[in-house]
Amino acid sequence: MSCQCECGTCKSPQFELIDRIVETHKDEQGALIPVLHAAQEALGYLPEDVQAYIAEKLNVPLSEVYGVVSFYSLFSIVPKGKYKISVCLGTACYVKGAGEVMAEFEKQLGVKVGQTTEDGHFTLEGCRCLGCCGLAPVLVVNDNIHGRLTTNDVSDIINKYKEIKQ
Amino acid sequence: MRSVDELKALKEKVLKEMSGRVDNNMPTITVHMGTCGIANGAKDVLTAVVDEIKNKSLTNVTVAQTGCPGICYEEPVVTVAIPGQMPFFYGKVSPEKAKKIVTEHFVNNKSVQDWLLNSDGNSTKEISAINYFKPQKKVALTSCGAINPEIIEEYIAVDGYFALAKALTEMTPLQVIDTMSKSGLRGRGGGGFPTGRKWEFAYNSKGDQKYVVCNADEGDPGAFMDRSVLEGTPHAVIEAMAIAGYAIGANQGYVYVRAEYPVAVANLKTAINQAREMGFLGKNIFGKGFDFDLDIRLGAGAFVCGEETALLASIEGKRGEPRPRPPFPAVSGLWGKPTIINNVETLANVPHIIRNGAEWFSAMGTEKSKGTKVFALAGKINNTGLIEVPMGTTLRTIIYDIGGGIPNGKKFKAAQTGGPSGGCIPAEFLDMEIDYDNLIAMGSMMGSGGMIVMDEDTCMVDIARFFLEFTQEESCGKCPPCRIGTKRMLEILTKITEGKGTHEDIENLEILAKTIKNTALCGLGQTSPNPVLSTLKYFRHEYEAHIYDKKCPSGVCKKLVNYSIIAEKCIGCGLCARNCPVDAISGEVKKPYTIDAEKCIKCGVCIEKCKFGAVVKK
Repeated sequence: MSCQCECGTCKSPQFELIDRIVETHKDEQGALIPVLHAAQEALGYLPEDVQAYIAEKLNVPLSEVYGVVSFYSLFSIVPKGKYKISVCLGTACYVKGAGEVMAEFEKQLGVKVGQTTEDGHFTLEGCRCLGCCGLAPVLVVNDNIHGRLTTNDVSDIINKYKEIKQ
Repeated sequence: MRSVDELKALKEKVLKEMSGRVDNNMPTITVHMGTCGIANGAKDVLTAVVDEIKNKSLTNVTVAQTGCPGICYEEPVVTVAIPGQMPFFYGKVSPEKAKKIVTEHFVNNKSVQDWLLNSDGNSTKEISAINYFKPQKKVALTSCGAINPEIIEEYIAVDGYFALAKALTEMTPLQVIDTMSKSGLRGRGGGGFPTGRKWEFAYNSKGDQKYVVCNADEGDPGAFMDRSVLEGTPHAVIEAMAIAGYAIGANQGYVYVRAEYPVAVANLKTAINQAREMGFLGKNIFGKGFDFDLDIRLGAGAFVCGEETALLASIEGKRGEPRPRPPFPAVSGLWGKPTIINNVETLANVPHIIRNGAEWFSAMGTEKSKGTKVFALAGKINNTGLIEVPMGTTLRTIIYDIGGGIPNGKKFKAAQTGGPSGGCIPAEFLDMEIDYDNLIAMGSMMGSGGMIVMDEDTCMVDIARFFLEFTQEESCGKCPPCRIGTKRMLEILTKITEGKGTHEDIENLEILAKTIKNTALCGLGQTSPNPVLSTLKYFRHEYEAHIYDKKCPSGVCKKLVNYSIIAEKCIGCGLCARNCPVDAISGEVKKPYTIDAEKCIKCGVCIEKCKFGAVVKK
């Protein structure tokens, strides 16, 4: 992520962005997690050099930053697909067949849970209860929730977000 | 906000200006926009309503939006309020239906009886008279679905912030704590610790700085009351936290909320800003020299952060690992300062108790569990949703009167409460009154109030395995009993569900369960064996069927299920064979087909496709 010109003085835009994020949180106690949230939202994931830069800016050891990043499941150190399909694996969804829905996604997308499709379009994930148990089974694609699913809905959902690509 | 008179004047002004929902002077159509409603198309419904009003050039109609009224199975829900008439409550509204509702009500002056939820033949009845609402008593959820959560004035119109005014101007901190103690309110997040006593501990702790923390890290799968309260009535939580701050002497609060709840976070942010602007947060609230402010901290997907000491570590920006207690947070909490941590639903009760008095609250419920409890009703039940009933309501009332029973004529098998820390309550306890102590006596616990209904098609061994998979994955790894013990339990359960169970498995599960319960560091670990223990207690025969007969009585565990075709029922249409993804079904047209068990992958497509019920799994 470093700058290509190798002059050693100019910063890549990503780091400038993190500077701004750290600036807005600098007076907060316990700023690390809010900073990581903001950085991931802006960059999509938290690669090693970003973690190292945040550690330096907040004056905490890199080991602590990595410890936090690896502890919380919402933080990712690998890039995610453009559309993140998170199938809820809460109890109500499980009882109503979320497992079969997940299996169908794996089959149709050709990836396993936690993986991203080769074209970088979809990442398939399982997630903890979304709190929409009344509509179980549910899933969320980025911020859009789809409920009352059956395995028959899987191809429609994939196609819906594929079309956005074209 | 400088005085109570100022608040009263504002309320009067708001009531005059407000639309049909509170003061009847203008017809209003309300679209209920909780996360569930939005997921089911409430946004499109709202757009359709607005468009239709424009198309028909209607001027005398207000369009409003509120949070969730709790009736998830009918989402999206629309209410039409016309001055002088009973409200009209519509369920499963599509954009097309919404247009018709607008036209009928506001052009033709008629209702659409066929779609009404509160229809009584030819007329309408009170919404509260609908079977689903009848046994309910709303306290924490009072304003959810009744007011627009993004407009602070609407909260004030239903007496919002009057409890804070009363506490600050008429009561001493000790009187506030005394009221909480006398009310009998117990923590709604899990353990059921008396709220008044918790506040008293923090009050008595010496410290220049104290904190109030709201635990909105609602991680129990199957519980969504905290989400709904934050989405539907965020000001109630803010008001309660300010009251708690006054009571214990804190001037800073944090709401720790799951990042998975974007609507709740957005509504809470808006509400905090409005409360600041109006002076319900900030310096010198009600001119009484009391300062209090709030910040939001987002969770990052760790279930263990619902445990209070782990939650505090997370707010401090660290890994969310629990630590031993004592010292309790009331003595040494956030950054080592005295801290109280209350759950969202607990806090949502506080303004009502301060306004109406301790006796009003303690008149509801059972001897040791006062007030009401919100349950999230989900799973194999007709009417899913968020309900609030007095403590002591029977499971039967909840499942059959409110929940409308089990779909497709199936039999009730168990209700799971308390999430991964709880247990399964079998049918023999349907008439037991639900409160903290009875649930513990039955081997479960209140937890946050998720209630997942299971029918005869749910395998209890598989459910136990599901929960252990959950806790094993969510174990923070700090203490070995939880980190290693849950892993070993999961392995045994997986073995049983795969038909490889042996006779010592049940005993080993019980030994592990006991050890983990007695030695794990935090509540997550200590309660993690509960799903296994309670299913072993009430559904031992299912474990035995898996281990000794190599059968899954509910037909869930794939490795123990075989598909076959009943020759007498099969007409030989061949539909199953054509749909079988692995060509495991063969036969001649008009003669009974057969399934090759070797090839069969037990996907269930044949059962789905057969119109004659000829395919069975055993």
